[in-house]
Amino acid sequence: MPEDKPLTGNMRPDGQALDREAYERAGGYQGLRKALTGMTRAAVIEEVKASNLRGRGGAGFSTGLKWSFVPETVPHPRYVVANGDEMEPGTFKDRLLVERDPHQLVEGMILAGYATGADTGYVFLRGEYKLGAQRVAQAIAEAYGAGYLGKDILHSGYSFELYLHLSAGRYMCGEETGMLNALEGKRANPRAKPPFPPVSGLFGMPTTINNVETLCNVPHIIRNGAAWFRGLSRSKDGGTKLYGASGKVKRPGLWELPMGTTIREILEEHAGGMRDGLRLRGLLPGGASTDFLTGEHLDTPMDFSEVQKAGSRLGTGTMIILDDQTCPVGMVSNLEHFFAQESCGWCTPCWSGLGWVERILRAMEEGRGQPGDMEKLAFQTRFWGSGHTFCALAPGAAEPLQSALKYFRADFEQHINEKRCPWK
Amino acid sequence: MATVYVDNRAYEMDGEQNLLQGCLQLGMDLPYFCWHPAMGSVGACRQCAVKQFKDEKDQHGRIVMACMTPAAEGTRISIRDPEAVEFRKAIIEGLMINHPHDCPVCDEGGECHLQDMTVMTGHNYRRYTFEKRTFRNQYLGPFLNHEMNRCIQCYRCVRFYREYAGGNDFNAFALRNIVFFGRDRDGVLENEFAGNLVEVCPTGVFTDATLKRHYTRKWDLRMAPSICVHCGLGCNITAAERYGMLRRLVNRYHGEVNGYFLCDRGRFGYEFVNSERRIRQPLLEGKAVSKEDALTRLRELASGSVIGIGSPRASLESNFALRSLVGENRFYAGISGAESRLWKLMLAILRDGPARTPSLRETEACDAVFILGEDVTNISPRMALSLRQSVRRQPMEIVEQLHIPEWMDHAVREAVQEKKGPLFIASVSATRLDDIAAHTYRAAPDDLARLGFAVAHALNSDAPEPAGLPESVRALAGKIAGALKAAKHPLIVSGPSLAGAAIIQAAANIAWALPGTKLAFTAPEANSTGLAMMEAPAFDAAQADAADTVIILENDLARRFPASEMEQFLARFRHVVVLEYLENATTAKAELVLPAATFAEAAGSLVNNEGRVQRFFPALAPSPPVQESWRWLGSWNEFDDLAAALASAMPQLAAVTQAAPSASFRMTGAKVPREPHRYSGRTAMLANISVHEPKPPADPNSPLAFSMEGSPDQPPGALQPFFWTPGWNSIQAVNKFQEEIAGALRQGDPGVRILEGGGSNPGFFDVIPAAFEPRADEWLLVPLYHIFGSEELSRYAPAVSQLAPHAYVALNPRDAEKFGDEVELLGQRVPLTKVAEIPPGVAGVPAGVPPFAGFGFPMWSKIARLP
Repeated sequence: MPEDKPLTGNMRPDGQALDREAYERAGGYQGLRKALTGMTRAAVIEEVKASNLRGRGGAGFSTGLKWSFVPETVPHPRYVVANGDEMEPGTFKDRLLVERDPHQLVEGMILAGYATGADTGYVFLRGEYKLGAQRVAQAIAEAYGAGYLGKDILHSGYSFELYLHLSAGRYMCGEETGMLNALEGKRANPRAKPPFPPVSGLFGMPTTINNVETLCNVPHIIRNGAAWFRGLSRSKDGGTKLYGASGKVKRPGLWELPMGTTIREILEEHAGGMRDGLRLRGLLPGGASTDFLTGEHLDTPMDFSEVQKAGSRLGTGTMIILDDQTCPVGMVSNLEHFFAQESCGWCTPCWSGLGWVERILRAMEEGRGQPGDMEKLAFQTRFWGSGHTFCALAPGAAEPLQSALKYFRADFEQHINEKRCPWK
Repeated sequence: MATVYVDNRAYEMDGEQNLLQGCLQLGMDLPYFCWHPAMGSVGACRQCAVKQFKDEKDQHGRIVMACMTPAAEGTRISIRDPEAVEFRKAIIEGLMINHPHDCPVCDEGGECHLQDMTVMTGHNYRRYTFEKRTFRNQYLGPFLNHEMNRCIQCYRCVRFYREYAGGNDFNAFALRNIVFFGRDRDGVLENEFAGNLVEVCPTGVFTDATLKRHYTRKWDLRMAPSICVHCGLGCNITAAERYGMLRRLVNRYHGEVNGYFLCDRGRFGYEFVNSERRIRQPLLEGKAVSKEDALTRLRELASGSVIGIGSPRASLESNFALRSLVGENRFYAGISGAESRLWKLMLAILRDGPARTPSLRETEACDAVFILGEDVTNISPRMALSLRQSVRRQPMEIVEQLHIPEWMDHAVREAVQEKKGPLFIASVSATRLDDIAAHTYRAAPDDLARLGFAVAHALNSDAPEPAGLPESVRALAGKIAGALKAAKHPLIVSGPSLAGAAIIQAAANIAWALPGTKLAFTAPEANSTGLAMMEAPAFDAAQADAADTVIILENDLARRFPASEMEQFLARFRHVVVLEYLENATTAKAELVLPAATFAEAAGSLVNNEGRVQRFFPALAPSPPVQESWRWLGSWNEFDDLAAALASAMPQLAAVTQAAPSASFRMTGAKVPREPHRYSGRTAMLANISVHEPKPPADPNSPLAFSMEGSPDQPPGALQPFFWTPGWNSIQAVNKFQEEIAGALRQGDPGVRILEGGGSNPGFFDVIPAAFEPRADEWLLVPLYHIFGSEELSRYAPAVSQLAPHAYVALNPRDAEKFGDEVELLGQRVPLTKVAEIPPGVAGVPAGVPPFAGFGFPMWSKIARLP
């Protein structure tokens, strides 16, 4: 395995998934063997804590710390859920992991299960990831066949059942508590927190939820140690990160790079820079629900704290690039349309505000913008503040809008004043 | 208690509660939608936002939802904070985006929580300039209108319908700003409590379809505190009148009895009052006569040899007036001998035994329940809604361990999932609580009793044991006994519906075998318990009483006798006098019919199943010659004199004088107005008849006035004509009338309890019936109850009668094999229904449904195959 690319270094160039044997040849299931035969649960959690692995779903919460929230004494059954409902616009990193190295996820889940004393795991996968689903299902079957899943795994006394569940397809299913409701067959509305899932989660039982990419890192941390993992990174957050770029760059794609790689390096070296004739106007660093950054932020290292300092969030680490020939109002309109469509309809600021904002932006694009629209839009972004809404969907939707109003204000005003989209 | 700072002033709040409830409790005006005092918090609408500060130094603070934040010691919040004010205003603005603003044509207008909250937040200028979303509305049955365009997505309806009331044919569909609350297709809502959506919905999505046919705004209604007459639980209601017509009923909050909810029979059965079958004139031999002539004839007949037959649906006062007229020894209870023996038995058990009947609030707190024989939902429906809450008690232990506050409704439900406390149902057929039962047992009445006796024996070996019980039944009895024993608040529910003394005795044995067990009997009619407490013999005893005249009070004997027996009975008398509101088979046989006032036009007292004496007051002013039966029968000028006479004649009912304040009660020298301060048209309503405004009708019988003049103060709960306070025009105003939110009304919940249990065990009943033996050529006919159809008066309400079944006979599918689609039963041709839950050898017949309404079931009968 290439030492610097634990997540993707073993993937086959022909696009096929690693089967169990190939995965094992590359060191797979050694971490599991090590944990189950020689480490206590607490030791696994300590190792993950020490690795500085932070959640790759976007929130960046310490994975080891999250696992430690399931105390020894809480009742069974306990659950581990892999959040693979990758629906964030511009994000396609988990897809690569489930399609090309599904055993890595399976092993990560067993380790997470072991660490939290879980009895059952669910891989909650985006319904459209049909190939990924096929390959995860295959990997689960192979893992059962080899005794990595089921009763008394590797004669350790630890038992763990793992199931694949395909999402029926709503963005809200990726919100972790909405996902729990979806798994229970209910409307994918989010749940109130507290209680948090480690206290009362799936079917009311203690539940740990991690992003697919997060879980995929775990086997490597256990096998190679926390110090090794921290050493992969250029920042204080441990490990590598799958960074992506979409938009009008020369080579849109996905790359595993050290955590803390700068935006400039990703954009210029890996994505090949802007297409000829185009200039960068802005970018969403971590998916649709992060604030715009601009050319002045290119030297920002892509890790949790540095992107935040620059005024946005690392999010999923997959950037959406805005060029100077694309209407920023149109881009934001498209994003807000997505969020408006996907609002679950539970809390008022979200369902009422998003529908309104969507209409204002569409009207601007169609030359029907009105004086006062800027104030209405700005008001809604404040209205969707954190804590104002029931979950993070509307606050996430506020991020591209509020930053667009800041960086591209003139474009919005031009739409209103000229009663048309200047790019059309 | 916890000290909570609101806008820098210290207040004491219940630390176990949330901030919204705490603020409302203190009388503060904090707007809300999705929170409901009986259903807790879910944090959906975000309307109750306040600013919370970490400590006194924190100047910045953050917006939190009051309903989702515990009122913990030292919490500092601001309601007046400008950001919080702006936020709450913005919530209303958001809710109003799609609202049609059709208040002038909306039935909710004038008593709309959305209107109130909009005014409270100060939102008044519309900034949304785009199209509104629209929905297609559904037909939901005869009780409810559906106007989804008014919906503000607070989710109260679906939470009430599915989570609180257990319905499953109603849901939230779709998402974002187009969530649709309704059924998957048009159709009658199945849940028996759907009518509560009228009050649960904060705006006009669900409105009263019966009101719509004779619509009046709340402010134009003349209202009075009343008691539901459609079963014996005594739910408190507000009856509302305009132009001499009863317009609607709404729930009148009672902390111990009905709380916030009614059943649909109670809410929509009222239209019998407006029925075309109402008797408005005295009839002598079928001809209308004057009141004076009628009274003269009554006096003539009453001075001769006369007996009286009372009624379980007439007030204590009217029954007493008849008893006084005919003499104590010639007054008979208006129920059959078989029923009377059951009531004597139940009364003795409750009066002399140790077990206490729980109020419905206490029922909700019971954590293990055994229902023996009753189909509660179809007999005393509101009790079923309370039992549905009771199965949530035991799993609350989980919630407590997880430190989730009980008011945090969805967190509680997610932690509890499908776990339910033990509820065991032993019945002759399926019941509407089976879905939450830990175990159901179907058997013939005698076998139900045997199971009951076995449970009692399992709890206490002094209680007799049924001989020859099958092992499976013995095991079930052990399981039920174990669950009751393990509970903190065990409850037995039984009643007279299967006419089985053994069932009632078995229930008593269980309650007595396990000290502390509560015992609730259903009560089919409004004053079943009160009539029983008058201790009169049953009217079949009158067979031996040779009299010329019989006076029948508010009682259709066709529902007590098969037709031929009723004719035989009445033929014994030369003169039949009937006091009644509706034409029926009994009035048809009467020489003299006196038009009696219904509950809506009368004052009177009723005793509910828990032994609570409660008073109802007229909402409709008297329209002579219709008057209260007690007025026809006696010479009491004022109600209080009558009540006092009753109390002194029957010490067991002496509390009747305490059921409500006497007529002389005044607040700052004034009476309690039945009409709200915005009552309109007073001078115009009758101007087509006379331009002189008539004097308001006098009401010497109560402290209530048929007027808008009177004291603006809050009267005691028993006199509360409507819930309305400044800024709170909807029924949500009830918060302002309670001692504490969802607790007792100020000055105490109405009524006086006169049966408290607490006696010593008088000795276990020891006559155990033999096991049921099916017969080769006969079936045991048992009554099957229907919430809509089995009760007499609501059958005359068009909306209810639409949902009433026609006669049928229900057989176990194997028993049914030998018959076709129709059979002959008791001389009638009826359709045959196959019901898997009916035990072999037993046939179910709808209770109270013609032509079988007068038969005393259970009874053995042949069923004949039709060619």
